[in-house]
Amino acid sequence: MFTTPTLDYHLLAPILIVLGGALVGVLVEGFVSRAYRARVQFTLALITVAVALGWVISIRTKTSQIAAVDSVSIDGFGLFLQGTILALSFVALLFFAQNDHFAPQASALPGSEEESLAITSGVQMSEIYPLVLFAISGMLLFPVAKDLITLFVGLEVLSIPLYIITGLARRRRLLSQEASLKYFLLGAYSSAFFVFGSAFLYGFSGSLSLAAIGQAAGLSGTNHIFLYIGVIFISVGLLFKVGAAPFHSWTPDVYQGAPTPVTGFMAACTKVAAFGALYRIFIVSFTPIQSEWRPVLTAVAILTMVGGAIAVIAQRDVKRSLAYSSITHAGFLLVGVIAFSGIGLSATVFYLVVYGFATIGAFGVATLVQDSRGEVGDLNRWAGLAKKSPRVATAFTLFLMSFGGIPLTAGFIAKFSIFTAAYNSGDVALVVVGVLSSAIALFFYLRVVLLMFFKEPIDDTVTVAIPSFLVGSGIAICFVITLVLGVYPNLLYNLAQTMVG
Amino acid sequence: MNLLTLTIFLPLVGTFALAIVPRENTQAIKFIALATSIITLVSSLLILTKYKFGHAGFQLVASHSWFKVFGVKYAVGIDGLALVLILLTTVLVPIVIVGGWNEAEGGRWSVKTFYMLILILETSLVAVFAATDVFLFYVIFEAMLVPVYFLIGGFGRGDRAAAALKFLLYSLFGGLLMLAAVIGIFIIGVHNGTLSFDVTTLSHMKISHNTQDWLFLGFFIAFAIKAPLFPFHTWLPDAAKSATPGTSILVLGVLDKVGTYGMIRFCLTLFPEATKTFAPYIIVLSVISIIYGAFLAIGQKDLNSLIAFTSISHFGFIVLGIFALTSQGITGATLYMVNHGFSTAALFLVGGWMIQRRKSTQVEDFGGLQRITPVMAWCFFIAGLSALALPGLSSFVSEILVLIGTFTRYPVAAVIGTLGIILAALYVLILVQRSLHGPLKAGNEDTPDLNWREKLAIAPVIAALVFFGFYPKPVIHLINPMTSSVMAQAGITDPTPMAGR
Repeated sequence: MFTTPTLDYHLLAPILIVLGGALVGVLVEGFVSRAYRARVQFTLALITVAVALGWVISIRTKTSQIAAVDSVSIDGFGLFLQGTILALSFVALLFFAQNDHFAPQASALPGSEEESLAITSGVQMSEIYPLVLFAISGMLLFPVAKDLITLFVGLEVLSIPLYIITGLARRRRLLSQEASLKYFLLGAYSSAFFVFGSAFLYGFSGSLSLAAIGQAAGLSGTNHIFLYIGVIFISVGLLFKVGAAPFHSWTPDVYQGAPTPVTGFMAACTKVAAFGALYRIFIVSFTPIQSEWRPVLTAVAILTMVGGAIAVIAQRDVKRSLAYSSITHAGFLLVGVIAFSGIGLSATVFYLVVYGFATIGAFGVATLVQDSRGEVGDLNRWAGLAKKSPRVATAFTLFLMSFGGIPLTAGFIAKFSIFTAAYNSGDVALVVVGVLSSAIALFFYLRVVLLMFFKEPIDDTVTVAIPSFLVGSGIAICFVITLVLGVYPNLLYNLAQTMVG
Repeated sequence: MNLLTLTIFLPLVGTFALAIVPRENTQAIKFIALATSIITLVSSLLILTKYKFGHAGFQLVASHSWFKVFGVKYAVGIDGLALVLILLTTVLVPIVIVGGWNEAEGGRWSVKTFYMLILILETSLVAVFAATDVFLFYVIFEAMLVPVYFLIGGFGRGDRAAAALKFLLYSLFGGLLMLAAVIGIFIIGVHNGTLSFDVTTLSHMKISHNTQDWLFLGFFIAFAIKAPLFPFHTWLPDAAKSATPGTSILVLGVLDKVGTYGMIRFCLTLFPEATKTFAPYIIVLSVISIIYGAFLAIGQKDLNSLIAFTSISHFGFIVLGIFALTSQGITGATLYMVNHGFSTAALFLVGGWMIQRRKSTQVEDFGGLQRITPVMAWCFFIAGLSALALPGLSSFVSEILVLIGTFTRYPVAAVIGTLGIILAALYVLILVQRSLHGPLKAGNEDTPDLNWREKLAIAPVIAALVFFGFYPKPVIHLINPMTSSVMAQAGITDPTPMAGR
């Protein structure tokens, strides 16, 4: 017997709009003449994301468990994260406007004749925009999925386009393609782990629905061994995506290799989507066995915070160091998950927003510091940046201070609320470790500030590009949000609490 | 608007005014900064007309909701302790501006930046003493490090970048420990059913002894780093060596008082049990500070680090007075904070002028100044005498009060502390002899005496030193109600003199 599925298109519209935009983008690639293509694609992507964001805002009070039969849960938590992903994507897309970040032709081998031909004839890549839209649609699905199949579909739809666009850097293409391959291989493994875990959970509960798994886990007297194996494998898959230790090793390579605007985009948005899914699955399915997984996750969080903070000190490359810093932040976010409470939940989503904007802004600044061969990654060559462009150096300083959690930046409020949630749940050890690793990471952030402001420029070839209007406004948006949420957090925190709590 | 809030924000208004003046117009910038600081001084003096003398508890209170979810308020109010320190701040800032009229020139950045930073620092200093919300206090406590960091790193001399970084790292590390304790006490409040950071509300809570110990340490270490107490003092000499005289006055004269202020305001009232537990150990540390700071001061060849080490010795006295836990001790310590502010200001002002004229910071390069620059030499001599607490100068009153207050409870500590006075005579008189007396050293022949601007700056400081030396009653009158209220809150009574001996 087959019943026609009921689909509430009104509530699913944000995902569908982005998917539709991506499909139109594919057509644009085929039919619009080369001269206009990139511009049309960019505008299309920006409008798509803006419309979807507007739609999410208009349905922000709706909740439905049966929007797509029984596999998508539209609720405050999901909608807040969808809105966050779309807002972050919108800002991240502004940095895509400079075309010289992307390889002229993805299929051309690095350093080949074909490639130089493509460069001289002015070939421009623009497939990247539909690919980004596909990734966004997967990210939108990921935190609202309520069964394992939908979750897996979301995971793959968001991952596969990212594997491709990681390899599209215009300069240092070998590094970029190596990063892409690494990301793809490790990502495939982690997906396999995820599927394998799903199978065990299905074997344990007889259902793929997260809620049914949660019910089965709550029954006493059953053999939980399959459940535990399932939880471990699923967690490995998700922790890989959020970049938590010891599954983080791809992060520095991929963040460094990918074109910088792409790095900003995926560092911010992937983390939001993955933490959304992680939180949902742990709450809905694994609440009954929290005494088992919380100690394990605590160990992971400590390893992630401390490991990331120590590793970041030794970094010399700006993108690699931001990658390690993002690992540390994944650790802090895990603390919010472990707190496992209403405060923890709203603290986590607030943290995601704050971290996302500061990250996109920081990578945006990284695109501006250039020499004749493109971006300058080596931090030592950033010395004296404040002399060359006080504004850019100030913006970067603010983002670093937000990462470090210095008061009057949004990062402080975020860190404070995460620690408060953890303290409230009795995880005092996590608070202490978190505070100490903040202190370690601060050493790095302050060294960069010192380098930019107090050191004489050692390298005159390094210049700060004058940002185009779009890039400038992208950095400005991130700057304002980081500052305003630090001074007056009510604006967002109240919304987060009412929607999520 | 509340007069206190007005005083807090006036310097910030001046900062915005400075922001729109073109940076080439240095004279206008200096006059705007000076005018702002004088208006702020007037506003702070007007507070005295509204202040009810003889009353304990906070006055001129204002409270507005700020970060609702956590019950954080913009809550300000003053008692005697806060008021005298706010007045110290608002008096010293115009003196610093007049006295160091040209010190910002030749810095890494424009004169405009220097005065903007000074005014931001003034706002933070007034606000930090006025805050009655622990969260608000913490935010300002940390955020005000940023202007100081740039003041030291951007306008000092020598290895200023390293000194600025050292200062910031020490302070931030302490701050993070305090953050953990702030969250801790807040959560205890939440478990008791109060969602508040209000210091009075929190001080009424019953906290278990063991918890008190940990929270106390979190606060105390942060304050001991700031104060600075042995063994947390090592950042101070470097900072004093590198900063401009104006910055040094504000850092050693006022900013460091936030540490000793915090000990009274937070450590004693929030954690009375822990205070009693740790007091003997802290007494030992402060006695070490007194003696160690004095010995090192004797050995210094650099004028600025010499003054810094005398401060370490004096801060030892202040902490000794606080943790003797007697009313004379606490009153004396508070009075000491004010007097030390003036005494340090005098030393750094005249010392700064001497250095500026001689282009050297080495004590041995001076000599015989008494003969050619009598006014400058006399000012330096009086400043030195105030550092050794000569009767008739204000430091004497506070030092004697601290020692009396200590003797009733810790006679041995008081006796050893008295040795500090003898050592003080040694380091001051050796300094005076080497720099002012004896044969005129080569290179000093053409040293000009103080000009009218410098006389204008130093006159009120010396007047205050002498006036409060003979007539300390107005300040003591302001402080006394606060002392008895703190003693009552902490549940301590003065020991009967000589009881059981």
